Amino acid sequence: MSTVTDTANTPATDDAHGHDDHHHHIPKGLMRWLLTTNHKDIGTLYLWFAFIMFLVGGAMAMVIRAELFQPGLQIVEPNFFNQMTTVHGLIMVFGAVMPAFTGLANWLVPMMIGAPDMALPRMNNWSFWILPFAFLILLSSLFVEGGGPAFGWTFYAPLSTTYSGDSTALFVFSVHIMGISSIMGAINVIVTIFNMRAPGMTYMKMPLFVWTWLITAFLLIAVMPVLAGVVTMVLTDKYFGTSFFDAAGGGDPVLFQHIFWFFGHPEVYIMILPAFGIISHIVPTFSRKKLFGYASMVYATASIALLSFIVWAHHMFTTGMPVIAELFFMIATMIIAVPTGVKVFNWVATMWRGSISFEVPMLFAIAFIILFTVGGLSGLMLAIVPVDFQYHDTYFVVAHFHYVLVTGAIFSIMAAVYYWLPKWTGRMFDITLAKWHFWCSLISVNVLFFPMHFVGLAGMPRRIPDYALQFADFNKWISIGGFAFGLSQLIFLALVIKACRKKGEKVSSQVWDGAEGLEWEIPSPAPYHTFDTPPVVK
Amino acid sequence: MLALATTASERSDLNLRPGVTDISQQVYSLHMMMFFICVVIAVIVFGLMFYSMIRHRKSKGAKPANFHDNVKVEIAWTVVPFLILIGMAVPAANTLIAMEDVSKPDLTVLVTGSQWKWHYKYMDNDVEFFSIMATQQEQIQNKFTKGENYLLEVDRPLVIPTGQKVRFLITSDDVIHSWWVPDFAVKKDANPGFINEAWTNVNEPGVYRGQCAELCGKDHGFMPIVVIAKDPADYEAWIVEQEAIARRAAEEEQRLLAMSMSMEELMATGKRVHDSVCAACHMPNGEGLPGVFPAIKGSQIALEDQEAHIDIIVYGRAGTAMQSFARQLTMSEIAAVVTYQRNAWNNNTGDMVQAKDVNAIMNGN
Repeated sequence: MSTVTDTANTPATDDAHGHDDHHHHIPKGLMRWLLTTNHKDIGTLYLWFAFIMFLVGGAMAMVIRAELFQPGLQIVEPNFFNQMTTVHGLIMVFGAVMPAFTGLANWLVPMMIGAPDMALPRMNNWSFWILPFAFLILLSSLFVEGGGPAFGWTFYAPLSTTYSGDSTALFVFSVHIMGISSIMGAINVIVTIFNMRAPGMTYMKMPLFVWTWLITAFLLIAVMPVLAGVVTMVLTDKYFGTSFFDAAGGGDPVLFQHIFWFFGHPEVYIMILPAFGIISHIVPTFSRKKLFGYASMVYATASIALLSFIVWAHHMFTTGMPVIAELFFMIATMIIAVPTGVKVFNWVATMWRGSISFEVPMLFAIAFIILFTVGGLSGLMLAIVPVDFQYHDTYFVVAHFHYVLVTGAIFSIMAAVYYWLPKWTGRMFDITLAKWHFWCSLISVNVLFFPMHFVGLAGMPRRIPDYALQFADFNKWISIGGFAFGLSQLIFLALVIKACRKKGEKVSSQVWDGAEGLEWEIPSPAPYHTFDTPPVVK
Repeated sequence: MLALATTASERSDLNLRPGVTDISQQVYSLHMMMFFICVVIAVIVFGLMFYSMIRHRKSKGAKPANFHDNVKVEIAWTVVPFLILIGMAVPAANTLIAMEDVSKPDLTVLVTGSQWKWHYKYMDNDVEFFSIMATQQEQIQNKFTKGENYLLEVDRPLVIPTGQKVRFLITSDDVIHSWWVPDFAVKKDANPGFINEAWTNVNEPGVYRGQCAELCGKDHGFMPIVVIAKDPADYEAWIVEQEAIARRAAEEEQRLLAMSMSMEELMATGKRVHDSVCAACHMPNGEGLPGVFPAIKGSQIALEDQEAHIDIIVYGRAGTAMQSFARQLTMSEIAAVVTYQRNAWNNNTGDMVQAKDVNAIMNGN
């Protein structure tokens, strides 16, 4: 990964003014954002959109936690509670985590490989601008008669077909739009990486964020059509008299789960592989040492992606399948621990005998490694079929996937924002606020999710609006942790707004003294157009 | 590890419970083994990480080393986890194979989930009944103090004998449910149109509580399971008694066919049936949930066609959440609830329906 640019070929902004002036004119106002084909603008749009959706989905989580603060029904009716759990999940997965990673890819992939922009800039605009409409449709479904989708983000048939409300059509349509957006984004990433790398940027010199996103993009293209297929089958079962998931017409409700999880499990890695890339940038920078085992990181990522296609039924052990199938999916799932372990060991080895400092991105990265590993270990426990029968559909599972998605994916996104924000704005963010954000989030997120392991093991099922009295004490603490975690994110909002208003100390092009890679060789803030002439990577 | 397993409290607020079957105790040991292995891995990995974070800090003047590859180390930390995984997989596979062996049962119970209750049918005896949550709405609405078994109590628990292999055939009438009793380590989905199998062999008599584990709609959280395990002799006495009760109920049903109930009787029984059975969807005030469950108050079916009203309760309506109540309610109960729904909430039709009217629709005479 020794990427040294040929400074003679680096397009410094000042000399570009002479020959290509119109190119550097930045449009103003609303139309800039509506019509933009600039990867940095689109990246910013994606990131803001993801953040807004994170707050909206978070507000729904607050409703859930408020209802669960005490036993008994206090605030919402069970039907609305189910809508909240459903839409919370959909928004966080499709509205927050995935668009945030796409936003980071837009900002960073061209800068990291020395490309002037994404390969398909107009499609890039389109793939962002259909997203707000998808979520407007989804959110508006909450206000139709009977309310929005109430069958869980996994929309198992026949609860989502025969037994669902009429807003199901809106749900299906919005998921289609989200899927189209993701597929277009993925195509763009692949075409850009295949065709627009700077001379000398061979595949095995690509930064890990680029590698992990390339693999993620292939996963997206492979499984988003499967999701589109399954929502279409739900639509036709509900409205057009087909019987894909209805035994009375020769179908099978469990077929739904097979198709859904064939999408769903790779989807889990879609939400975590780019995080692995981000952490592999941040840990070496603040350890002032090269990433340990670059090649094994690439191979581990690829193996995880391949394995993700043969483990889907570990979400369905209780549906009743042959012993031999249960054994197969158990063993395939356990094997994923090997490449995932390699990644964690590589990060620890990178820190080993480094020269470590604890800037905010590093704090989030370290929290990621520890807490993601906690989620990974509970995942290993969940793979063991006989005990999965006890864990399945309890709060133990809720704890597991929130550890990998909140303290995993979302912490990595925050680490990435803190790491690259000075490059985007040209100013250092407010470090005091950032540290408040980190420590408040770290403590509250563990008060929120750690006790969920206990209530899950003690027997509390997930997706219930009310619970037996033995779970009351922990649920109170979980809710308090939830409110605190929600409020902590407002610190982040304040910090980002402040950073966007160009407050704070100016930073150098390298920003962090251990940072390596092409994006650190262009000025801060990154000019509107970068790498008009490709750098040469030696 | 095993010592810990046996000293752990029966019903912990923190941990899985060891349960009351050989299988559930094996599952518990597996869980504890997995847990300890995970703790050891975490301690080693995080220990090394924290050591590095403390000793190799820039502020302490640490100079970065230069290494970034080591094939031997990388092979080691690929192979060692692999071996640990094999160590986990072998006992897990053995337990799993034992759990899935449903052969040679002493007794079989058909478990059918529907929104939001369980139905148990003893395949070897003439006994079947519905099991519905017994917690009062007032407790859920915080008007009464919550009882000890809040949300975990039912009107008619499943009763099984101890020391015998009881096989469960599990299915559903509508959406997917999941029948879960933690103390038996049995959790199996109830899939509409398909039958799953599970089994248990309970060592100790007692009352064991569980819940539906698969999101099944509005009242998913209010669908508990209670199983009473009795000594085989007590169980035999119980099942004989139940058969007698079922026979008497059938005779009573025939007797009532010839009789007419008064309006007061019909309305009182009808209100009880409506509030305990129909109100889950159509609400106690008969207004339903707009867009989800239709209203009965002011509805065409409740105001006009009386036969259609009886028919929908007896047969349900295909393609909707309206299930058949023919098995859940007696003919006189159906007659009463139809009368109630046609006269309550300003639906003042003045209609009176008798058991024989229901019988006419059910049996065509």
